[in-house]
Amino acid sequence: MTSLTKRDKATVKAFWDKVAPKVEDIGVQALSRLLVVYPQTKTYFAHWKDLSPGSEPVRKHGKTIMTGVGSAVSMLDDLKGGLLPLSELHAFTLRVDPANFKIFTHCILVVFANMFPIDFTPEVHVAMDKFLAAVSLSLAEKYR
Amino acid sequence: MSLSRKDKDAVKAFWALASKRADLIGSEALTRMIYVYPQTKTYFSHWKDLSLGSAPIKKHGKVIMGGVNEAIGKIDNLTSGLLSLSELHAFNLRVDPANFKVLSHCILVVMAMLFPKNFTPEVHVSMDKFLAALTLAISDKYR
Repeated sequence: MTSLTKRDKATVKAFWDKVAPKVEDIGVQALSRLLVVYPQTKTYFAHWKDLSPGSEPVRKHGKTIMTGVGSAVSMLDDLKGGLLPLSELHAFTLRVDPANFKIFTHCILVVFANMFPIDFTPEVHVAMDKFLAAVSLSLAEKYR
Repeated sequence: MSLSRKDKDAVKAFWALASKRADLIGSEALTRMIYVYPQTKTYFSHWKDLSLGSAPIKKHGKVIMGGVNEAIGKIDNLTSGLLSLSELHAFNLRVDPANFKVLSHCILVVMAMLFPKNFTPEVHVSMDKFLAALTLAISDKYR
């Protein structure tokens, strides 16, 4: 839970440039993993017909989420301000328990490691983990 | 979940009352933490006596609440105000930040016990947010 240094921000941007072309794959894999490994998270998607890994709703929503993460990369200097509308969405409408942001972050990192084994060095790992923690904090901003 | 003006006022108002018993809050909270969460003993293995009500625990509880008191005075900029404390915890003490949540919980429990009328839900949420912000500031230098 530490602030992003200049170096962290540069690392995040560089890594994101590499992985951005695969945003859809990362999204569907991370969300599928979340639903399989942490079945309690299915509760938020009870309105979908098909919750199986790689299903159409999962693919579509995974892309939505990772596109959001991508836009956060461009707001690195003011995540709280930039993510305010998304925070309101999560706090007032979706009401996702912020504890789930941690487990979803974990799934995203696992997928990064899985898909980009050479680029996902320990240095990139710590920068991305700090970044996603900062995004989670900003998303939780409007809860109370 | 940043601290609003209302949160800061609530924390300061409650602390104006509770600070008179800061030592007791500290010693009770630390004692409770070590008793209820025995894994936290690992950080105090250099003390001879870790039993309920021991002197080193009581003494150290006071030190901790002194830190909380200092933080309330710096509530408008916790991260820079607590820089040296963050360095201490990160580089010397190396306390796993997960334990800050545990101690925060114990502090809140003790506050509720000692100030049943004043520790209203509104005060509770503001104090919880404050301790979370404090935790974040102390964790800043870890990585």
